[in-house]
Amino acid sequence: MKPIMNRREFIKIASVGAGSLAFATPLFDFSKGEILAPDVHPGMYSKRTPTYCEICFWKCAGWVHTNDKGKIWKITGNDDDPHSNGRLCPRGTGGVGMYSDEDRLKTPLIRTGERGKQVFREASWDEAFTLIADGLKKIAEEHGPECVALFTHGSGGKYFGDLLKAYGSKNIAAPSYAQCRGPREVGFIATFGEGVQSPERVDIRDTRCLVLIGSHFGENMHNGPVQEIAQATEKGASIITVDPRFSTVASKSKFWLPIKPATDMALLLAWMHVIINEDLYDKKYVEKYTYGFEDLKAHVAQMTPEWAYGFTTIKPEVIRETAREMANASPRVIIHPGRHVTWYGDDSQRLRAVAMLNAILGSWGRRGGFFYPAKVPLKSFPHPAFPKPARSWKDAFPGKYKLAGLALASGICDATVPTTERDCSFKAWIINGTNLIHTLPDQANTLKAIDALDLMVVVDTMPMEITGYADVILPECTYLERYDNIRVGPHREPTIALRMPAADPKYNTKPAWWMAKGIADKMGLGHYFPWKDIEEKLDWELKQVGTSLTEMKRLGVKKYQRETDDYLYPMENLDDFEFYTNTGKIELFSTAMEDEGYDPLPKYTAHEEPPYGYYRLIYGRAPMHTFSRTANNPLLTDLMDENSVWVNPKIAKEWDLKNDQYVWLENQDGIVSKTPIKVRITERIRFDSVYMVHGFGHTSNKLTRAHGRGASDADLITRVHIDPVMGGTGMRGNFITFRFEAGKEVAS
Amino acid sequence: MRYAMAVDTKKCVGCNDCVVACQTENDVPIGHCRDWIVEVTTGTYPDLQLEIRSERCNHCANAPCVRTCPTEASHYAAGGIVLVEESECIGCKACITSCPYDARFVHPEGYIDKCTFCAHRVEKGQNPACVSVCPTHAMIFGDLDDPNSDISKAMATRKWKSLIPEAGTDPKVFYLL
Repeated sequence: MKPIMNRREFIKIASVGAGSLAFATPLFDFSKGEILAPDVHPGMYSKRTPTYCEICFWKCAGWVHTNDKGKIWKITGNDDDPHSNGRLCPRGTGGVGMYSDEDRLKTPLIRTGERGKQVFREASWDEAFTLIADGLKKIAEEHGPECVALFTHGSGGKYFGDLLKAYGSKNIAAPSYAQCRGPREVGFIATFGEGVQSPERVDIRDTRCLVLIGSHFGENMHNGPVQEIAQATEKGASIITVDPRFSTVASKSKFWLPIKPATDMALLLAWMHVIINEDLYDKKYVEKYTYGFEDLKAHVAQMTPEWAYGFTTIKPEVIRETAREMANASPRVIIHPGRHVTWYGDDSQRLRAVAMLNAILGSWGRRGGFFYPAKVPLKSFPHPAFPKPARSWKDAFPGKYKLAGLALASGICDATVPTTERDCSFKAWIINGTNLIHTLPDQANTLKAIDALDLMVVVDTMPMEITGYADVILPECTYLERYDNIRVGPHREPTIALRMPAADPKYNTKPAWWMAKGIADKMGLGHYFPWKDIEEKLDWELKQVGTSLTEMKRLGVKKYQRETDDYLYPMENLDDFEFYTNTGKIELFSTAMEDEGYDPLPKYTAHEEPPYGYYRLIYGRAPMHTFSRTANNPLLTDLMDENSVWVNPKIAKEWDLKNDQYVWLENQDGIVSKTPIKVRITERIRFDSVYMVHGFGHTSNKLTRAHGRGASDADLITRVHIDPVMGGTGMRGNFITFRFEAGKEVAS
Repeated sequence: MRYAMAVDTKKCVGCNDCVVACQTENDVPIGHCRDWIVEVTTGTYPDLQLEIRSERCNHCANAPCVRTCPTEASHYAAGGIVLVEESECIGCKACITSCPYDARFVHPEGYIDKCTFCAHRVEKGQNPACVSVCPTHAMIFGDLDDPNSDISKAMATRKWKSLIPEAGTDPKVFYLL
């Protein structure tokens, strides 16, 4: 069959791929739906309730097992879930610790002292809601509702998003865009007319060659891809890893390219040079589906492996050999787009180069390359249309970041700092589940913005650093104690997943839906939340797609069938297939980039080098932690309770550093880490860089396990290289040196 | 029946899922663990190798802990699984001293604790908790006496090693290379 596609506008957020879904025979097995699990501990019986994980954004579906006393015992994966395939990662398995953490926020709090000093008094929910409602009403009258922004990362954000839209603002930002994957979406949309999305539409399971550039799967425990990498390599797929660090996945790769940091673009261009000059590209595919191949050929003509060697320190023959490795696997090859790609400020262009390399190898839309995801078209419970806001955050940045597809968290932060140029600075922030102190770069700027606010509301489960600055704190119950919206993840097979409470909320905590509805009621906006409770809302929504809350409680995950026979489009047979770009083709030469005044073909730019005695600060993830949010989780902290700074032995010798010694780190701007960090001397890192895991160095003394353990890379990221295309915050342009005593600004 | 475990060092990414799954499954007190991850790096930059292993009690066929236990609390159970009978353990730590793998610890309640191969699950035909969660399927559990078991097949087709073979304990945890 041939899907019919129309050209669409260039920026298309959260595209769902083509084709609608048929609700044919569900694929589930009724026999698996027993509430009483077969898995019974001696002397106990176990009840299981469905959930999907909230520890990271992968949202794996699973089961929460409770014992005969109603105590949550363990969480396991749901076999029917394509995100987890029945196996959670350590974060998900350790999710129990989020529930049992006795440091949790327990009751609504209202600030009584100075911002940032964490001095609060306990309040009732009614008092907290009244304060918020009155504050928001006042801001709407004096400045307009557009002066309120929501920062969100997590399921609860959906309800606060609706509250904000009902109120009259659409300034809803997630740091996952400007601080993480935004440049990748822009780079791929410019090329293919569609983004990579989340979960990523990469067909690792069936690939023959996977190329990872600065992605360290395994350490960055994305459950689905990690599982699929193991499956693919077992079937003989090769991995090419480009990383200045000998990461876990580098150790399992056929080729490890220990690149000089900040030179990836030169490697990508040289790879394209080899593939084009040695006639290794997918000629039929390139001819049929791409636009601007001759321009690209001319553009990379001089960009030889020898040229790239000078920047990357990767030997020319290795560049040639790896290019051939990819071409031999083509089209079952993936140059992986990565996830946290905000590095040097030219990130949209670098991810354009990644997209183009995939394009000439013909991997987009092909088995073992990039698939077309499908998702269940779940409708929301009907409510009145939201008012149309008069302004948006974009008005604060005329002529800038023209291809930004979503609100920039850092942009809203910048626009909150009062200036003479802007008529509407932001006056209130609602922050749901994102610890902006550790999330946004340039903490001094974040604090300046917070200082300018009339109202700041923080919704969280834990007393993170950001909660210390709030006027009102609303304690959310954990994901194990609440219903949330149905998970609709685009994937090979469309599925929905239910999260329901496995236990009553501990303390005086509440779910986000209840809070948003309660505040809306106080503000006279209750008609935008026209359901009695979330069970009524979910049941209505589920009935529209042929199931019900009762059935989903039993199944946890429901699979639907795609309309198409094959989940990957057999592209070679599609004569009239059009991509959502201006030309309807895969744009090697980007007309959209050119129209907006950006380079239509990506160029190599040299980035700043570390000064003498300084080392590039590279940060990453550990498999048992997510962002800074798990650092106090009793189970996960037990696995890893602090980070360390990885130092090459040659550098350690120069500085006379010893293993396990604590040092402070000072960056190029004289900023010293608030807490000391342990030295780890290892051959696994280049001599010009140091590496640390993000998410440690908490200064909130209400986090009893995490407080003062390890150091925060966020403290040291004071220099930010903004991506002119979409406003992403490049954070790898910071350099550190070692100090043997604390800086002046020791944490309070 | 000889129960054994194989850990595929090519697949293990050292994520610690096995460790945390063991902790929740068996209610292992915070601060202790029955299994753990070891990473060994060899070579100099950029010529490096890394071996990652999930380690635990080796359920040795010739177990020094069983030999040294004065009360017979440490004993062989069905299929050669080595267990500690809590009620008979006097906490003398003779087994801790004799174990070459450092696999045992003192439970806060006073008895000696360690990996049980999740005997409570195995007797119901399930995999140990660590094996059941491993995202990369790096662990295989089964009966060495059954030539058709996954572990027997893996041991027959892959190179493997066990830890400290010179201790002569006949360990039942193997590492596929």
